[in-house]
Amino acid sequence: MIDRLNQFLRRAPAWPLYVLAPLPIAWLYYQGLTGALGVDPVKKIEHQLGLWALWLLIAGLAVTPLMRFAGLKLLKFRRAIGVISFGYVLAHLLTWLVLDVQFLNVWKDIVKRPYITIGMLAFTLMIPLAATSNNWSLRKLGALTWRRLHKLTYAVCVLGALHFVMLVKGFQIEPILYMLVILGLLALRVVPKRRRPASTPNMAAG
Amino acid sequence: MRRARATDPKWSDVTPKEVFLNRRQLIAGASAVAGAAAFGSIASPAMAGLGAKPSRYSTNETPNAKSDITSYCNFYEFGTGKDDPAKYAAALTIDPWSIQIGGMVDKPGTYDLDDLTKGVSLEERIYRFRCVEAWSMVVPWVGFELKTLLDRVGVQPSAKYVAFETLERPSEMRGQRSPVLDWPYREGLRLDEAMHPLTIMATGLYDEPMPKQNGAPIRLVVPWKYGFKSIKSIVKITLTDREPQTSWNMANGREYGFYSNVNPEVDHPRWSQATERVLGAGLFAKRVPTRMFNGYGDEVAGLYEGMDLRKNY
Repeated sequence: MIDRLNQFLRRAPAWPLYVLAPLPIAWLYYQGLTGALGVDPVKKIEHQLGLWALWLLIAGLAVTPLMRFAGLKLLKFRRAIGVISFGYVLAHLLTWLVLDVQFLNVWKDIVKRPYITIGMLAFTLMIPLAATSNNWSLRKLGALTWRRLHKLTYAVCVLGALHFVMLVKGFQIEPILYMLVILGLLALRVVPKRRRPASTPNMAAG
Repeated sequence: MRRARATDPKWSDVTPKEVFLNRRQLIAGASAVAGAAAFGSIASPAMAGLGAKPSRYSTNETPNAKSDITSYCNFYEFGTGKDDPAKYAAALTIDPWSIQIGGMVDKPGTYDLDDLTKGVSLEERIYRFRCVEAWSMVVPWVGFELKTLLDRVGVQPSAKYVAFETLERPSEMRGQRSPVLDWPYREGLRLDEAMHPLTIMATGLYDEPMPKQNGAPIRLVVPWKYGFKSIKSIVKITLTDREPQTSWNMANGREYGFYSNVNPEVDHPRWSQATERVLGAGLFAKRVPTRMFNGYGDEVAGLYEGMDLRKNY
């Protein structure tokens, strides 16, 4: 089952993801313009984009554990997932800036309001990642430095979930669940690798 | 002759509501007269609306569409989503409904809603409504002054505050099955705030009985305070001499004070209260400045004279 999936994934290209990614954003804005999002389209768009961005971040974070614990090879798509998540965070931020707060007291908000500070910090940390998401940067930085830099993703995910936890009113379970998922996916990375007995490689195939 | 299509406008689409309501009243009135003539009794006319009288306290701003008001609600008893109340409030039983009135009153007891409101004259109060989340609407409430109700049960001189409670019935209010807040929802006012003519018990909007998602069958409306003070679906009113506990203050006292007067100068810790988004104006609606006491300063500023509103937020 996993093998057949991997075979299919090996043949599937990653570029269609970039083509499909903007469609939900366009659809959301179209709905907002036609009144299909109800009386407060701005908040709806802002929250939906933020939520989708968080899903994408989680998807990116899931690639390594899925490979290690389920043998699913999605590595080829991870860059696209990361770049697209940046696109969604950017769209979320621009919606907030232009349509919601309309550039009023933005700097004050960023400095004074912890959940906005955290959100902006997460976005800022994503900028070098998006900027170095090309092959040229990978070569220029060298694989080791590049990989170390891109570990910033971990911080981005935690800050993104924290941003959500902090912005809701009252005790709400949904953002906490996202935080737990992210912390869980990070914890899987520190599970010690089992050392395989060198002499009996075929036993593992059973 | 052209056949009618589903998309053709109906007569109701091109007839202003006041006109057809008047027409109905006219017909109802005529049949009542005819009925009285035939049977020698007074038939009660079929009222299309609540027949609320206009009030000098109404703003002349244009109210939001009814669908705006009924589709976008904060009523966490039915869920934290703005559309949850519209989706799930239908499960609520509002008849029978009684309110337990106690504490420092002359006539404590559990009153049936009909008895409690018998003979009160309903007024239409078109009020600005400012949510603590920095959005606003204009709502044509129907109701009567809270003072009327309090006078009926007789407030004792020792009373200084009024405490309110919302119904707690998780079987019908699905939001109460999760601990978003410490249920039941609680709110309170100082007695002078409660007796103020702007403070009403609302039983309807748009001249129709209160939709369940907006707090049926009876709710408080205090237009100069943030919306969460205007507690919905009230089942308990207590007169007391101590400042009552209020739900949002209990959940997060730093963010939600007892007074919670609309005040552009005192920010919510997580967002500015200086401006608001007026809902119903589409995707590109401009923010407008928030007014002190939500624009009701002339009427209510005197209640807070000498108080530090930064401290008593």
